[in-house]
Amino acid sequence: MKGHVWKLGDGISTDHIIPGRYFFLRSNLPELAKHLLEYERPGFSEKVSPGDFLVAGENFGLGSSREHAAIVIKMNGIQAVLAKSFARIFYRNCFNNGLPAIVCETERFEEGDLIELFLEEGKVINYTRNDVVFFPPLPRVMKRILDDGGLVEHVRKHKDLILP
Amino acid sequence: MGMTLSEKILSDHAGREVRPGEIAVVSVDLVYAQDGTAPLAIRKFQEMGFEKLRNPKRTIFFLDHAAPSPRFELSNDHAFIRGFAKRTESRVSDVGEGISHQVVAESEVAPGEVVIGADSHTCTGGALGAFATGVGSTDAAVAMALGKIWLRVPETIQVVVEGRLPVGVFGKDIILHLIGKIGAAGATYKALEFIGDTIERLDMAGRLTIANMAVEAGSKVGLFPSDEMTRTWLTRMGRPDEFKKLFPDPDASYEKTVRIDAQGLKPTIACPHEVDHTKTIDEIGEVRVDQVYLGTSCNGRLEDLQIAAHILRGKRVHPGTRLIVTPGSRRVYLEALKEGIVETLLECGALILPAGCGACVGLHEGVLGDREVCLATQPRNFKGRMGSPHSYIYLGSPAVAAATAIEGRIADPRKYL
Repeated sequence: MKGHVWKLGDGISTDHIIPGRYFFLRSNLPELAKHLLEYERPGFSEKVSPGDFLVAGENFGLGSSREHAAIVIKMNGIQAVLAKSFARIFYRNCFNNGLPAIVCETERFEEGDLIELFLEEGKVINYTRNDVVFFPPLPRVMKRILDDGGLVEHVRKHKDLILP
Repeated sequence: MGMTLSEKILSDHAGREVRPGEIAVVSVDLVYAQDGTAPLAIRKFQEMGFEKLRNPKRTIFFLDHAAPSPRFELSNDHAFIRGFAKRTESRVSDVGEGISHQVVAESEVAPGEVVIGADSHTCTGGALGAFATGVGSTDAAVAMALGKIWLRVPETIQVVVEGRLPVGVFGKDIILHLIGKIGAAGATYKALEFIGDTIERLDMAGRLTIANMAVEAGSKVGLFPSDEMTRTWLTRMGRPDEFKKLFPDPDASYEKTVRIDAQGLKPTIACPHEVDHTKTIDEIGEVRVDQVYLGTSCNGRLEDLQIAAHILRGKRVHPGTRLIVTPGSRRVYLEALKEGIVETLLECGALILPAGCGACVGLHEGVLGDREVCLATQPRNFKGRMGSPHSYIYLGSPAVAAATAIEGRIADPRKYL
């Protein structure tokens, strides 16, 4: 599915993604989701369309382990997050919630570009710029979790961790 | 070939020899979550179809972030957590008991254990020679249900700290210096392992501060050998039998080695809005401060309050500044009370809050307004973390915090010591 790029910079923390002051909304995810990236991009959750992509620079998702960050990104219809690099807890949280987190050369995307992700082939086609960005295959363990629809589904299905 | 501390502990818990880069499923000795991550972990646990915890005696829920609760929504979360803990016969560390990482360092974490926490600063436990790492709620829920977790065995970066620490320079300055040097992503997916004669002499309070901030360099874990200092701490905490000597093998293989000359270190400050945006106290210039915040999982220990009280004794907090102090745990609070530290701090104008995470996450008890500046001893200074996105957080040691409280601007503690 094609979608548009929302471009972010380096060092976007989980505090940027969903600020700590909305701590009290963590058991009310639909309300929490409205505050996605509101310091960085005021009104973001109203502007984003289903199937869009978040595209960031280095160390995306650093800081707090709050899984709500990955969840509210997904709840806003973002189909995948792309970055030059990810912080490790956030990276796990994305896959655990069935949200692909792709490491690639994100400087080749600009805000508003129309792109499409081909997970199996390891490429992103940028239709706006007539460009194809390749990325290395996903780690096998991440692929397994994603194929199962997230870690909850994986464990529900196997009643265990069955990872390659 | 020899093994690093991470490789030793993970091999032990995987039941086979594991090496960096491998995916290992390892048994979990202790799992915990806090009031911001536990409700989601409990819901994920239930969604997976589980009712029973694998190890209820070592599954702990900490009500420490909103402690006591400032909002009814959070009171409801607390009630939800307490109810779940009761049904599953697991444990709750209720409001006022203290910050998860401090409480487990006092009473739970032992050398050689695997500790999983749904909080990024779970790595604090690395100070005791445990493979302690933070995860999200779903991973914690799996550890609660199955007693295990999958981990990629990390490559290890060895950090060698040698030489005598100058007066006024502490564990906090070592870790801020390191993060400034290697960057906020300098150890992503890696283990940090601290060694050297400075580390040997460093007390557990200093080690816990360093391990706590390992995640601020992106690291999975910040490990210390389990040595005589560890034994001393465990003995002081009333659990000497849990001591176990644990060192990396002399021929262990490291991805790289970073050397720090302790003698050359100065009080170090992280400037807004990144932890790796560090400057020495000599480079900081004039920074007026509205609030000084002493406490948190990084620096809420007795030793931290002792040094602050030592500097502040007989002086007054600057009229343009407020000093807020949060002991890390009930134990720390009581010890500080008995030593007269609480009295000293109150007399000089400080405000003392119950043990907990306090203002560090911008939830309550010292939230910053627009354009306000805070010097905090906490591990993180991201934009908007303590309240307004238009506020500014500087990070420094408890000694810097005390000197700053006196002068109303970021100040050098060395002249007070």
